Formats: sequence, structure tokens, C-alpha cells
Amino acid sequence: MTEDKKDKKDIKATKPKGKRLKPKKPKIPRQPMPEQEPKERIHNFNEVPYGFSIETAMIEAARCIQCKKPVCIDGCPVEINIPAFLLAIKEGDFEKSIKIMKNDNALPAICGRVCPQEDQCEKLCVIGIKGKPVAIGRLERFIADWERKNMEISIPEIAPSTGKKVAVVGAGPAGLTVAGELARLGHDVTIFEALHKPGGVLIYGIPEFRLPKAIVMAEVDYVKKLGVKIVYNAVIGKYLTLDELFNEEGFHAIFIGVGAGLPYFMNIPGENLNGVYSANEYLTRANLMKAYDFPNYDTPIMRSKKVAVIGGGNVAMDSARTALRLGAESVTVVYRRSRKEMPARDEELDHAEEEGVIFKLLTNPTQINGDDDNWVKSMTVLNMKLGEPDSSGRRRPVPIEGSEWDLEVDTVIVAIGNGANPLLTEATPELNLNKWGNIIADDETCLTSMMGVYAGGDIVIGAATVILAMGAGKRAYRAMHKYLMTL
Amino acid sequence: MNQILEKKIISEGVKDITISSQHIARKRKAGQFIILRIDEYGERIPMTIVDSDPKAGTIRLIFQEVGKSTYSLGDLEVGDEILDLVGPLGKPTHIENFGTVVCVGGGIGVAPVYPIAAAMKEAGNEVISIIGSRDKDLLIMEQEMSEVSDRLLITTDDGSYGLHGFVTNALQNLIDEGVKIDLCVAIGPVVMMGAVSNLTKEFGIETVVSLNSIMVDGTGMCGCCRVTVGNKTQFVCVDGPEFDGHQVDFKELMMRQSAYLPQEKEAMDRYHKCKLERLAAQPGGK
Ligand SMILES: Cc1cc2nc3c(=O)[nH]c(=O)nc-3n(C[C@H](O)[C@H](O)[C@H](O)COP(=O)(O)OP(=O)(O)OC[C@H]3O[C@@H](n4cnc5c(N)ncnc54)[C@H](O)[C@@H]3O)c2cc1C
Ligand SMILES: Cc1cc2nc3c(=O)[nH]c(=O)nc-3n(C[C@H](O)[C@H](O)[C@H](O)COP(=O)(O)OP(=O)(O)OC[C@H]3O[C@@H](n4cnc5c(N)ncnc54)[C@H](O)[C@@H]3O)c2cc1C
Ligand code: SF4
Ligand code: FES
Repeated sequence: MTEDKKDKKDIKATKPKGKRLKPKKPKIPRQPMPEQEPKERIHNFNEVPYGFSIETAMIEAARCIQCKKPVCIDGCPVEINIPAFLLAIKEGDFEKSIKIMKNDNALPAICGRVCPQEDQCEKLCVIGIKGKPVAIGRLERFIADWERKNMEISIPEIAPSTGKKVAVVGAGPAGLTVAGELARLGHDVTIFEALHKPGGVLIYGIPEFRLPKAIVMAEVDYVKKLGVKIVYNAVIGKYLTLDELFNEEGFHAIFIGVGAGLPYFMNIPGENLNGVYSANEYLTRANLMKAYDFPNYDTPIMRSKKVAVIGGGNVAMDSARTALRLGAESVTVVYRRSRKEMPARDEELDHAEEEGVIFKLLTNPTQINGDDDNWVKSMTVLNMKLGEPDSSGRRRPVPIEGSEWDLEVDTVIVAIGNGANPLLTEATPELNLNKWGNIIADDETCLTSMMGVYAGGDIVIGAATVILAMGAGKRAYRAMHKYLMTL
Repeated sequence: MNQILEKKIISEGVKDITISSQHIARKRKAGQFIILRIDEYGERIPMTIVDSDPKAGTIRLIFQEVGKSTYSLGDLEVGDEILDLVGPLGKPTHIENFGTVVCVGGGIGVAPVYPIAAAMKEAGNEVISIIGSRDKDLLIMEQEMSEVSDRLLITTDDGSYGLHGFVTNALQNLIDEGVKIDLCVAIGPVVMMGAVSNLTKEFGIETVVSLNSIMVDGTGMCGCCRVTVGNKTQFVCVDGPEFDGHQVDFKELMMRQSAYLPQEKEAMDRYHKCKLERLAAQPGGK
């Protein structure tokens, strides 16, 4: 699925139901987030926002008016009891708050940082009608960070062993959620992960300055403490097939959470020149392989001076901001629609802008030009204007004839979206796929066309969000548990 | 896990190691490769699985030391472990009884062509192999190649052994002899694969080449390994590594292989410096 289709998914457009309190202009303003200065932060990979202090968090939480019909919850894919966790923060009972949170969301430290709250809970918050909505996401992060700093990670009670073996394919948010929950229910769970580290996009894609890797690893450790085993370097479809997992390895059920790991290219001339990267490659080199610390780490990455990033989503912003931190003199984001249509989170766009990323909107690349040695030297782009609305309701960008111009660059990062990686599905013809190659799974149970095989996350719905992947994991584990207990 | 059980130096800068890896040993087929990462600081590098012993649970890699990662791999000794080993990756070679198959291996390319020659032989083909190197000392696997070939031709660039010339000269001779070649498999330096493909195209001989593009994940996730085959972009790690030699854009592949030359040199210089320091620090070292 492309970035353009993606943003529709993020918006869980639910009409507010029931009676709400008459919104008044909020008395306390939304509390600002303390952050690293842009000038300083483009030279390091440290996290940009520092997080709320206890005092700020309590002030911000007090902005919530405790609606009788909390519409914010309708916007949350995992239906966190938002007013309850906010009330506990306001009252200073952080232990209670985190408990409420974890009832519905096992990974608040991650979601508090990367969820598109402005399109979810905060979009619906009634305080947002007359002012700025309650900073639900920042408070989610606050309470999770407070727990990590102040509480022993407690391991919940684990049900007695059921003797059932479950294989989870992929250690991204979907797979980790299923694995953790099923382990708690007493099943024997093994995750098979293709890469040498767990976390999926959280590790190889989203950069450290937005999501510190220590946080992801802490969540993975927690899942391991629940008894989940992780086998790395295990590419299912090659290393073992699903049939072999069932018949030779004795698994009773399988969850597939392999994500949307296939980078799309533009299919324009010059895309295979040296200096053209998919965002996946660029970010994987930088994040997973730590190329920013070359030569201490062996993996190299180009030392780019002038970088163009094609695309307007989070992936494009992450690439652009990573390029800056790797020392690029200028980074230009080229996007074919206008700013309003950019699927990236507002916070990411603001951060990118503050850091000096240049935006060339209503601009579309037509070809990448190389020198004699096959290196990128420029990119030809075409100016666009907005035409009639398309099927997604957004005005379709149309090219302006004869408006080509060259953007001088030495590196081009293509961040126009990711599709379903066919590696596993090609090896498993029994799995029914849609026309984009995504696995077809039941909305409620995540069951696929194969008995005992469930799937969820990006591999089913196309490149989407962390919270939707976790939500799928929740539905899947319940259905899988039910199924396992009938065996 | 992934322990080195045997290590041999088979020619200058070429090492032959046997690694324990139960699972990959059982699953791998001719033409497939692994990706390994030596340690926490390492990069992910691809290597063809030259051979395996499913009973013993071992795989065999043969590699040439060309840069930081392969030198570091060569420094590992029997008993050492490789941190990460993933595979088998790539599509296996299409093996069937084609009739007469010519297997061409140039330089270190003899190692990856060996399992294919062996599988072709086992499928009932008449296998004629041509292996070449710069000089006699650099020639590898002569004995093993002869065991899986009905005929083995050897070439050296300097004439110190076998036919004086390139592997393409030996191939031309076969064609001139009137040998009916049903399939040619060529693995080696890009220039060599290009030259072989040019020659066979002229005579309409179907040719398979195994491409060694730079890789990262090896699972189709990054696109680093992309090549142009018949005007279409393909990912070597999942669509290959074998492609129709008559369709591959070899020039582009060669340029893409040189994408990190300055960094590779920097890494190598640093490696040498560190090695000297290590040696000097050893008791008795100077
Ligand atoms: C750069 C970037 C930035 C993003 N930013 C945000 C953001 O700010 N907010 C947000 O909500 N979402 C964001 N997303 C999207 C979000 O990360 C994904 O929607 C989410 O990670 C999907 O989770 P998943 O578990 O389905 O798959 P993934 O996270 O993709 O994990 C899949 C895992 O499966 C493994 N795998 C794949 N194939 C196999 C196989 N055959 N065998 C074994 N293992 C396999 C992969 O290696 C990977 O570890 C971003 C995505 C990217 C790429
Ligand atoms: C599918 C596949 C199978 C392979 N099988 C084998 C094998 O069986 N034995 C073996 O010795 N090598 C094999 N290679 C090549 C091997 O992966 C590279 O030699 C290795 O990655 C070089 O790493 P380095 O750090 O030592 O050298 P670098 O410092 O990365 O490179 C040093 C020199 O080697 C060249 N080089 C870099 N990468 C490659 C590459 N992928 N192919 C060719 N030249 C390269 C560079 O241009 C440079 O001049 C294979 C490659 C692929 C893609
Ligand atoms: S967060 Fe907003 S919508 Fe939700 S309960 Fe509080 S005030 Fe109401
Ligand atoms: S190595 Fe990443 S896609 Fe082939």
C-alpha cells in the first residue's frame, strides 16, 4: 500500500456519540514539550523531546474534564481508558495510572512516542474544539517512562502450561503482542525473526532520535520474561516453511506478522544509479547496522552532501532527518501534493522543518540523472497543481506541462511506501492474498485461509501504524487461544 | 552456534571453512547462499554455500579475502563462532537433465560453481567444466571440480598452467570443436560473466550467471542488491542470485559494486592498523 493510501487508515473517523459537556475555552493551555534545540540535535541521534516533568504532566492531565462519554476512547484503536489514566496522573497516583494503561496497551512507551495521536484520540478530544486537545500521547509516554524509571518491571502471573506450541513469524509489534499475550495464557511460544534483532520497523526503520532502541529492547525483554523464545536469523519460507513448522517442529498454531517490508520504487529512469536508496535501505544501514558510527561499525553509508527524499510520510521524514544527522548540507523533501495531504504526523513535519529540511511541494520527480561513473548528480522534477478530487477525496496532483527543472543532488532516497514482501507467501501457496499481495485474514479473528494460521499487522492491512499492528495482535491472540484450547 | 570446525588455506588469500549449522545444512540446495555477520560491529556479507553435510550438520564456505569483512572472517580460527548466520537464501539453481552443461568458474567463482556442477552431474548431465585463474597458484578446487565433471578444462591468464588465456578462450574452443552445449553456467568476476554471456549469445547458448551485488538484509527488504535484467529491476537476493546472462546489465552491476570504495578502503586501512597493533601487543610480537 502506498503512503497515499495509508493516511486514510490512520484516521479512525468515528462520530462522537452521546451527549458531551459543553466545551468551554480551556483555562490551562496545552503544556509545551521540552525538546533538544534544532541546531544542537541535528548533530546527534539522541531523542528529540525530553518528556514531561512530573509537574507538567500533572498540570496537563488536569486539563481533561473527565467526559461522561469520553469520545477520545473511540479514536484509540486499542481503547485505552483515557480519562481514567489521566485522572490518576492528575492525582499523582502514577502506579495506578500505568496499571490502567497496561490493561489495554502493553507498549505505552512506544505508542506514546510514535502513535499519530492527532488523528486518533486527540483528534476527537472535546477540549480540542475550542483550544488544543489534551496531550494524551505525551502523557502516555510520561507514564510509561515513569514506570521504567521507578518501578521494578513486574511479571504478571503466567497460567499453567497448556502444552500447546505456537510459532510467531516476525518480531514486529504485531508478533510481539501475540507472543506476549499467548505466553501469559500458558502456551509455549517461539518467535522466528528474519533479522538479527527483534522489533521489526521499531528497530530497523524508526530512528533512535524518535524512538530510543533501549525502549524497544526493554519491551522485548519483557516479552522474553514471559517465557517467549526468539530465534533470530530465521527467514520463514526459506529456513522453515509453515508446513514444516506444523509437521516437523510440532507447532499447533502460527501467527504471521511479517510486516510490509518490500520497498516501492518510482520506476523512473536512473533509479539504479549509485546514490539512490530505498528508505528501507537507508534507514536499515543507519539504524540496524549503525552506519552512522562507521568505521567503528563495519556497515558503510554514503557521505551525502545534497539529498533529495521522495515522499511525504513518516518514512520520508525519518529519512530526511537521518540524512541531516549524517552530515548532509541540504536535504529536500519532494512531494507531489501539498502540505495538507502529507501523511506524516504533524510533529514529524514540524521537527523536520525546524531542523532545516527544505520542502518542495507539488513537485514530482521524472528522472534521476547520473554522471559517467553512474553516480547521481541531479534529479529532474516537474511542478504539479491540484486538480479534481480522486477516490480518496483528496485533490489529484496533475503535472504542469513544460515545468521541468533539475534539483542538484548526490543522493536520492525513495520513500514512497512499502508493500507486502512475497518471500513467505510465495513459499506458501495455500495462503489467500489480495491483489496487492497482502494476506487475507478475518477482521475479527485474523484467521487466514490456512487452518491454524493467523495473520495481522502490515502484512494484512498494508503499511499502517504500530498501534493497528498491536490491535490486530490482540484480536489474533484471543482467537488463537480459543482455537488452541479446542485442540 | 555457528562454530568453525575446520579451516584450510587453499590458495593465497582464499580460505575454506566448515561451520556447524544443522538447519541450513539440511535445507540448502545448490545455488543458495547465506549472509553472515561476524560480530556485533560487523556488516552482513553474503557467501555461497559451497557444500554441506546434512548428517554432520555442517556447511562449507570458500572465500577470498578482499576487504575488512572477509579478512576478519579469515582471522577466525577453529573453535571460534560467527555471531549471525542466516539462510539458505536466494532461489536454488534450476537443476534438470539439460544434456550437456558447461560450468565456468573464474577466480573465486569456482567455489560457487562447484555445487552447481555437482548437482548438474547428479541430475544426469554431461558436465564440462572450465576453471580459470590468473596463475597456477591461484587456481582452486581443481581436484573437486574434476570429480564432478566429465571433462575439466583449465586456463590461466599467464599460461603457467593449462591453457594460456581466459575461460572464454576455452569455451570458444569447445564451441569450435562442435560440442553441443545445452546450458552454460558462469560464475566469477563481473567482467568474466559479461564476456562469457557475450560469447554464448552469439551462438545462442542459454547462459545462467550468479550475481554478487552488494547486499544488506538478503530478504528483499532493502533493494540494495537491485540489478537490471532485461530492462526490469530485480532484487538479486530474492529473485536471484541466478539470472539469464544475456539479459543482465553487467556495466550497471559493476558500477554498483563500487559504491562504497572510499569507505571500504578506510575500513581496510583501519583493519591493517589494528592488526599491527594487536600483533605488537602479543607476547613475543614486535
Ligand atoms: C521508517 C518508518 C517510520 C514509521 N513511523 C511510524 C510512526 O511514527 N507511527 C506509527 O504508528 N507507525 C509508523 N510506521 C509504521 C509502523 O512501524 C508499522 O506499521 C508497524 O511496525 C507494523 O508492524 P508489524 O508487526 O506488522 O510489522 P513490522 O514492524 O514490519 O515487523 C515485521 C517483522 O517480521 C520480520 N519478517 C519479515 N519476513 C519474515 C520472514 N519471512 N520470516 C521471519 N521474519 C520475517 C521482519 O524482519 C520484521 O522484524 C513507520 C514505518 C516505517 C518504515
Ligand atoms: C550471493 C553472493 C554470493 C557470494 N559468494 C561468495 C563466495 O562464495 N566467496 C567469496 O569470496 N565471495 C562471495 N561473495 C562476495 C562477498 O560477499 C564479498 O567479497 C564480500 O562482501 C566483501 O566484503 P569485504 O568487507 O571483505 O570487502 P569490501 O571492503 O566490501 O570490498 C573489497 C573489494 O571487493 C569488492 N566487492 C565488495 N562486495 C563485493 C561483492 N558482493 N562481490 C564482488 N566483489 C565485491 C569491492 O568492490 C572492493 O573492491 C558473494 C556475494 C554474493 C552477493
Ligand atoms: S481526553 Fe479529552 S475527550 Fe477524553 S475524557 Fe479527557 S477531555 Fe474528554
Ligand atoms: S539485499 Fe536487501 S533486498 Fe536484497
